[in-house]
Amino acid sequence: MTVIERREVALVDLLDRLLAGGVVITGDITLRIADVDLVRIDLNALISSVNAQVPSPWGD
Amino acid sequence: MTGLRYVYAVCRPFGAALQSQLTGLGGDPPRLLTHHGLIAVVSHVPERDFAEAPLRAHLEDLEWLTATARTHQLVIDALTAVTTPLPLRLGTVFRDDSGVRTMMEAREDDFHRILDRVQGRVEWGVKVYAESEKHEQEPARPAQPASGRDYLRLRRQQTRATEDSWQKAESFATRIHDMLSAHAEDSRLHAPQNATLSGAPGRNVLNAAYLVPRTASEEFVELVDRMKDDTPGMRVELTGPWAAYSFTQLSDSEEERP
Repeated sequence: MTVIERREVALVDLLDRLLAGGVVITGDITLRIADVDLVRIDLNALISSVNAQVPSPWGD
Repeated sequence: MTGLRYVYAVCRPFGAALQSQLTGLGGDPPRLLTHHGLIAVVSHVPERDFAEAPLRAHLEDLEWLTATARTHQLVIDALTAVTTPLPLRLGTVFRDDSGVRTMMEAREDDFHRILDRVQGRVEWGVKVYAESEKHEQEPARPAQPASGRDYLRLRRQQTRATEDSWQKAESFATRIHDMLSAHAEDSRLHAPQNATLSGAPGRNVLNAAYLVPRTASEEFVELVDRMKDDTPGMRVELTGPWAAYSFTQLSDSEEERP
């Protein structure tokens, strides 16, 4: 199967996976950055802006 | 200060080498950080872009997000060629190598369990769109109704037509999802995509991911192909194979989405 390079993946499909999929290491770690070494961002806000009807703040 | 650690994926040790030209985020070739029986695939990234505040700001910047997502995916694809990676959520960053090791140790059992589940499997994405039908494109005010009764009759017809097409789309989506689920080991529904973001015509009524063994993938793709021309007015799109992005839930994570 060499299907991977068939064509460029659409950004929305990619973001569905990278922002809503993938292992989430921990929940609201941002509160504990100082002691836990971890700076993972809570992307829920972004996901909802991706899903919202409005084209959202980005998009220039 | 040698920067922060961006982790793309966790996987089991693999024999083959990663492609040599591979460049990760921050222009840093992905490195393999081994801890016990697991490998974290890591790039050293600068604090000015990946510390909490700048990262948060960057994520609002679609251009930056696009470039970062594409690079992340490139690394995952390269890994997919040599092993079965467990992708992490975009933007998973640690202070240093020991932070990464601590995380791997804490999650060791979960990682092994999920790796077992996705080993030798790929994810296929299937989207179903209801194409706009004629009555939806007609102007909101058709032939001037002659009376109130005419008006109500027209409105009822319109509503019925819309309901019919909605019901048709719904039942087609349900049918295809049931059929594909029966040929997959697992499935997950993503939120329907917004047409403004996707640029795709029609209304997205199903946006699903299916976990399928590599060896059964050809059959799965054929099945999707066969359903494609099945119902007029409905469009089916297949993407993949993807790494198993949508099938990585840790037992204690609260990331379920409707």
